Amino acid sequence: METSFTPIASLFGGALIGVAAVALMAFAGRIMGATGILSGAALIRKPGDTDWRIALIAGMVTAPPLLWLVTGSLPAVEVPVSTVSLVVGGALVGIGVTFGGGCTSGHGVCGMARFSVRSVVATLTFMAATFVTVFIARHVVGG
Amino acid sequence: MRLVVIYFIGLTFGLGICISGMANPAKVINFFDLFGTWDPSLMFVMGGALVVTLFGYRFVLKRPAPVFDTRFHLPTARDIDAQLVGGSALFGVGWGLAGFCPGGALPALGAGRWEVAAFVAACLAGMLIARFVKDAMGRSPQTA
Repeated sequence: METSFTPIASLFGGALIGVAAVALMAFAGRIMGATGILSGAALIRKPGDTDWRIALIAGMVTAPPLLWLVTGSLPAVEVPVSTVSLVVGGALVGIGVTFGGGCTSGHGVCGMARFSVRSVVATLTFMAATFVTVFIARHVVGG
Repeated sequence: MRLVVIYFIGLTFGLGICISGMANPAKVINFFDLFGTWDPSLMFVMGGALVVTLFGYRFVLKRPAPVFDTRFHLPTARDIDAQLVGGSALFGVGWGLAGFCPGGALPALGAGRWEVAAFVAACLAGMLIARFVKDAMGRSPQTA
């Protein structure tokens, strides 16, 4: 499935992600990491530390309807993989980010921005693993 | 007030994810498909997010404390261990299979598609399994 190259929208969207990460640190003193936000909100461990995560997720989920109100269309969500890939992939993501201590937002953006060596190692590792997986799925098994 | 501000921060993050294309698995997988239908857009997402966060953090972390808390909650782990590398590798395999990462999927939930809900449910199941294994190994989870 082809997708069009969108450098301006992607750069602008990326900058917004950065603004949100900086704002969350400035106001709440927290890392904008989707792994910790999701696990902390849904799989409660420390009571009393979930309200800000739920507020954050509520804001995130409002973005597509708001875009729909403003532009007249929902953002594109095209799923080019089978349901099995989606579910197996989802479970591996959940296991991986828990052991790895973060994902694209936590390690890839916030951690790298703090020059954390752990985050640089994690980001290089998952980017390489994703690249290899997509290559195998598209050109070895699926090709 | 605190939760209202945090809500709008979440909204900003969600708008960034949706506008940048990170909520679209087809676009994400194409970024990694260098030898197929390559779409380099994600480089611009990461670049934009990193530059803003890098400069923003330098400014923010010089302050004594955040507005709504007494201190900045920064990760303290320093070791490069098998859990970090192995976990990140597994995450990459899952990301390549599904096309969603947690940060892309959460805002995408608002688009009302069952595929996103299925991914997030599987992801939570994976987190529970990993937590169980980690607890059995006698170490508590750390999150960046």
